[in-house]
Amino acid sequence: MSTAAYLIGLGIASAAALLGAVLPARRRLLGAAVLSSAACLAALAGAGDVLVSGHAFSLHTAQVLPLTGVDLSLDPLGAIFVVTTAVVGLAVSCYSVGYGAHQTPSRTATAMLPAFLTTLLLVPAAASLATFMVAWELMALASLLALLTEHRRRRETRDAAQWYAVMTHIGAAAILLGLVLLAAHAGGQSFAAIAAHRRHLSVPLASVVFLLTLFGFASKAGAVPLHVWLPRAHPEAPSPVSALMSGAMVNLGIYGILRVGEDLLGGGELWWWLVVAALGVVSAVFGALHAAASTDTKRLLAYSTVDNIGLVLIGVGAAGALAAGGEQALAGLVLLAALFHLVNHALFKGCLFLGAGAVQHAAGTRDLDRLGGIARKMPATAVLFGIGALSISALPGLNGFASEWLLLEGLLHGFASHSAVTEAALLAGVATLAITGGLTATAFVKALGVGFLGQPRSEGAGDAREVGPSMLAGMGLLAGGCVVLGVVPGVVLPALDRATTAGLAAGAPRAVLPGLGLALASVRGAIDPALLVGGLLVGIVVIWGALRLVPRSADLRSPRRAAAWGCGRELQTARMEITATSFAEPLQRVFADVLRPDHDLEVTHTAESRYFPEAISFHQRVDDAIERVVYRPVMAAVTWWGRLARRVPNGSVHRYLAFGFAALVLVLVVLA
Amino acid sequence: MQLRHVDAGSCNGCEIEIAQAFAPVSDAGRFGARLVASPRHADGLLVTGVVTKNMAVPLQMTFEATPRPRVVVACGDCAVSGGVFAGAYGVVGSVRDVLPVDVEIPGCPPEPSEITEALRRLTGR
Amino acid sequence: MIGVLTVPLATGPGLLTRIGASVLQVVAVGVGGPLLLGLMGKIRARAEGRIGPPIIQGLLDLRKLVRKEAIRAEHTSAVAALAPLVLVASAAVAAAVTPLVTTRPVIGGGADAFAVVYLLLMGSVALALGGLDAGTAFGGMGSSRAMTIGAISEPALLVAVLALAVQAHTSNLPGIVTASLSHPEWLASPERLLALAALVVVVIAETGRIPVDNPSTHLELTMIHEAMILEYAGPDLALVTVGEAMRLGLLLGLVANLFFPWGIAVSGGGFALLVGLVVLGAKTAAIAVLVALVEVSTAKLRLFRVPELLAGGFVLAAVAVTTGLVTR
Repeated sequence: MSTAAYLIGLGIASAAALLGAVLPARRRLLGAAVLSSAACLAALAGAGDVLVSGHAFSLHTAQVLPLTGVDLSLDPLGAIFVVTTAVVGLAVSCYSVGYGAHQTPSRTATAMLPAFLTTLLLVPAAASLATFMVAWELMALASLLALLTEHRRRRETRDAAQWYAVMTHIGAAAILLGLVLLAAHAGGQSFAAIAAHRRHLSVPLASVVFLLTLFGFASKAGAVPLHVWLPRAHPEAPSPVSALMSGAMVNLGIYGILRVGEDLLGGGELWWWLVVAALGVVSAVFGALHAAASTDTKRLLAYSTVDNIGLVLIGVGAAGALAAGGEQALAGLVLLAALFHLVNHALFKGCLFLGAGAVQHAAGTRDLDRLGGIARKMPATAVLFGIGALSISALPGLNGFASEWLLLEGLLHGFASHSAVTEAALLAGVATLAITGGLTATAFVKALGVGFLGQPRSEGAGDAREVGPSMLAGMGLLAGGCVVLGVVPGVVLPALDRATTAGLAAGAPRAVLPGLGLALASVRGAIDPALLVGGLLVGIVVIWGALRLVPRSADLRSPRRAAAWGCGRELQTARMEITATSFAEPLQRVFADVLRPDHDLEVTHTAESRYFPEAISFHQRVDDAIERVVYRPVMAAVTWWGRLARRVPNGSVHRYLAFGFAALVLVLVVLA
Repeated sequence: MQLRHVDAGSCNGCEIEIAQAFAPVSDAGRFGARLVASPRHADGLLVTGVVTKNMAVPLQMTFEATPRPRVVVACGDCAVSGGVFAGAYGVVGSVRDVLPVDVEIPGCPPEPSEITEALRRLTGR
Repeated sequence: MIGVLTVPLATGPGLLTRIGASVLQVVAVGVGGPLLLGLMGKIRARAEGRIGPPIIQGLLDLRKLVRKEAIRAEHTSAVAALAPLVLVASAAVAAAVTPLVTTRPVIGGGADAFAVVYLLLMGSVALALGGLDAGTAFGGMGSSRAMTIGAISEPALLVAVLALAVQAHTSNLPGIVTASLSHPEWLASPERLLALAALVVVVIAETGRIPVDNPSTHLELTMIHEAMILEYAGPDLALVTVGEAMRLGLLLGLVANLFFPWGIAVSGGGFALLVGLVVLGAKTAAIAVLVALVEVSTAKLRLFRVPELLAGGFVLAAVAVTTGLVTR
C-alpha cells in the first residue's frame, strides 16, 4: 500500500509539473497547485505508512534509466524526510495559488515548483548510485530554474543563481566521486550491495569517501564555510521556492550524510563525526550571529537556516561519535533529537518564509528598515509569522523548545560516555546551543518587533493589506504543526524513533518516550510541555480575571488610548522609531570581530564653519566575512588564471599550429 | 506617590532644592515619594518654573500621558504665580494657566523641608 | 537503556498537597519579590545615610497601581496588552515548578532546569516585544539593549545549569536539590563554586541591577530595562513590576537552594512547608542584602563593557563543566 501511494504521489507531482507547463494561463496555477497538493497527500500517506509500520519497501525496474534502471527503496530514515517534504510541499502548493494570483506566473514558474517538489520527494527513496545521482542532479536543476523564475532580470538574482549553480555542482561532483569510489570497490551500484560490502572497505578509502560526500552534502545543507550560496539564493527565490529550499532541500544534505556515513559506510571512525559536529558548531554560531545582524527578512531567515542546520549537524555529529564509541542508546537519543529538530525547523522555517513572502507581496519590500506596523494591517499573517518566530526562538509550548530541549538533554546524557574527545565535542555542542539560543531570540524579536509592530516606516508598509485565504491556509498548516508538536511532542516520537533506529548502523534500542520524559541508567530528565502551556494559560486567565475584579471607579475601567510617550516631543513620527539596523547595532558591536561590519561615514560642513554639519550620511553593510576571506581570493585567482590563459591565443594561426604539434608530441611521448 | 518632574522654564533653583528634598537630611523618599522616569508611571506632575511658550504644549502632553487619578504640584514661586518672570515675553503664564493645580509650594526657591512637607500632604503620611 | 519516566504529573494522594505547595511558592515569590526589592532599597538608603521607604512600599505601590487607569499608546497591537500578562504568567509557572519552598512542587518530574531557563526567556521576549509595540525611539532602544544583554547572559545561565546537571546526573531541579542535600561535599566542590560565580553574574544581569543596569535612572539614554517599560501605566505597570520582582525572587531563591539547600521542605507536611518558607525568606534576604551592598559600592558599567562581564560569566560556567568532567 505504501509503495503504491508513494509512487502515485510521484506520478501526480510529475503530472502537475507537466500541466503547469502546458495548461492555458488561466488554469495552470490552480491546476498545478491542486495536483501538487494531491501528490503531497499521496506521498505523505505512503511515507507515513512506512514510518508507522516500520516496514521499508523497495522496487527495481530496468526501465526509465538506461543501463542501470531505477532502484527505489524507502526505509523509515528516508520516510521521515519524505513526510517532512510532503508537509512543507502541501503548505507551499496551497500558498502558491494566492502568491501567483496577482500576476499570472510564467509557464516555467508553474512547472518548476511541482518539478522541484517531485525531485525532493524522490531523493530520499533513491536506492542506487545512478538513481540517487540522477535525482540529486534533477533536484539541483529544478531548484535552480525555480529560483530564477521570479526576478530573473535582477542582477542580484542572477548572481545568486550563479553562486548556487557553482556550489551545488561542485558539491554534486564531490558526491559522485565519493559514491563511484565506493561502488567500484563494492562491485555493485545499488545501496544494498554497497552497504553489504562495507566491512571490506579499508579505513583510508572509507575516510576519503566520507569526506568527499560530506563536502557535497554539507554544501547542500548550507554548512559553514560552504553556505555562501544560501544567504544569496534564499532571499532572491520566490517565497514558495525559498520555503521548499529551506524547509526541505537543505534537509536532504543531512539525509545524505546519514545515509552515506551510517548506512553505506557503517558508522566509521570517531573523527569523521567530530568533523561533522565541528561543522555544526561553526555553522550554528556564524549563522545565528548573521541572522541577528541582518535587516533583510529573508536574508535573516536564510542565515537562521544555516544556524539551525548547524544545530542538527551538532546532533548528527554527536550521535555518530557516540555510536562510534559504542554508546548506541545515547547515540539513538541524540540522533532522535537532531531529526526532531530538523522536522521542526522545516515547519517553522517554511512558515516564516511563507510569511515573509506574504509581507513582501503586500508591502512591496522585505527590508525590515522599511516595514513596521504590519500586525495591524495583516493580523492573521502577523499571528502566523509570530508563531513561527516564537517557535524558532524556542519558547516553551512551541516545537522549537521541545526539540532544543531534547537535544540539550541528549548532549547532557552523552556526558555519561567515557571518551574525553566526545565529551569535549558535547560541551562545545551545548555551549553552541546556549549561544545560538539567545542570538536567535534576538534576531526574531527584531524580525517580529521591528517588522510587524510599531508604526509603518514606508508607504508600502502603510498600505499593506491582508493576503488571501489560500496563502493564510498554507502558513496556517505549518504554524499549526508548530503548535501541535510543541504542546504534544510525544505524538511524533515513535515515528522519529523508527527513523533513528534505521539511521544508525548498529541499530539503536527502541526508545519509548511518553510525553517528553527520558531516563537513562545514570541521568534523568523530563518535561511536559502540555502542562507548562496549561499552566501559562491558567496563569494568564487568573491574572486577567483578578485585575478585572479590582474595584476601580467606573471611568477608569477600560484602558485609555493616548499618544505614545515621546518625552513630550511634538511631531513624533515613524522616522524616530528604532530600525532593524539600530536594533542589531549593540550586538553587532559586541561581535564586531566575527561580523566585520563596513562603515562609511560622510560629513559635509557648511561653508561658514566646520562646527555646523550640512549633511551626514552613514552607510553600513555586514558582508559575509567567510565569503570575503575564503571565496574572494579563490575567485580572484581563477579570474587571474583565466586572464593569463587569454594571452595564449593571440589570433596567430602559426601559434595555434605550434600548439597542436606540441600537444601531439606530448601525447606520443606519454604513450611511448 | 510617584511624581514626574517637568521643568517648564525653571532657573534650576527649584531643581537643586528638589534634589535636596530627596537627599539624606529631609529624605522625602521615606514617606513613599519617588521621582520617576515616565509620566505613565507617575501619579502626578511636579512642575517647576514659569510655563514658557516652548514648554506649554509638552507640559500638557505630559499631563495627558499621566494615568488618572493624577495631581499637579506647582513647585516654586514661578510655577505658582509666574514669580519675577510674570508677564515676560515668551511666557505663557503660571502652571495654573495651563493645568489644574492641586498643590502649590511657594518660595523662591522653596526649602527642601517645604517640598517634603507638601509631598507628605499628598501621601498622607 | 532508555526507560520510561512515569511521573510528569504526580498523581494519587500527594497531588493536592503538591498543588498547594506550588501555589504557596507562587504566592511566596509574588509577595516576596517586591519585599526583596524593598529590602534592597532599604539597605541602599541606609548605606547612603537615608532612612528610605519602608520595605513594604513596593506592595503598597502595587496596590495603588492596580486601581489606576491603564493607558495604551495609540497604534499598539494586542502585544502591548499581552506582554505584561505573559511576563507574570511565565514567572508564575517557573515559580510553581522550581523547588523553592519544597522539593516536591507540582509536576516535579517535569520541573526541568532548562525549561525554567526558557520560561525566563519567554518573559524577556514578551517584554522586548512590548517595548517595540508602541513604535517609540526609547522603547525600541531598551528592547534592543535588553535582548543584547539577554543574548549573552542566557548562554552563561544555561551552561552554569549544565554544570550542576552534570554533577547531579539530572537536569531535574528538585533532583539537583535533593542530590545536593545528600551530598553536602558537592557544595564546596570547585565546579559548584565556579557555577555559583557564573550564576551570580547572570542573576545581576537578568534582574537589571548595578553594575549592569541602574534601575533608578531617569536618563533615558542610559536605560536598559526601564526604557522598555516607559509606556506602561496603571495595572499594566503593576504586572510588569510584579513580574520583574518575581523573576528576582525566583532567581535569588534558586541560587539559594542550589548552593545552600538546607531548610527546604522535603516532605509534604504543613510544618515542613512553613519552615521551608521561613528559611527561603531568610536565605534570599541574605543574598539580597549582599547584592544591595555590592550595588551601592560599585558604579554602573558602560553598556559596551557589560558583555565582557557576561562573557566572563560564560567562561566561568564552561570552566565549571570542564572541572566537573575532569575531577569526576
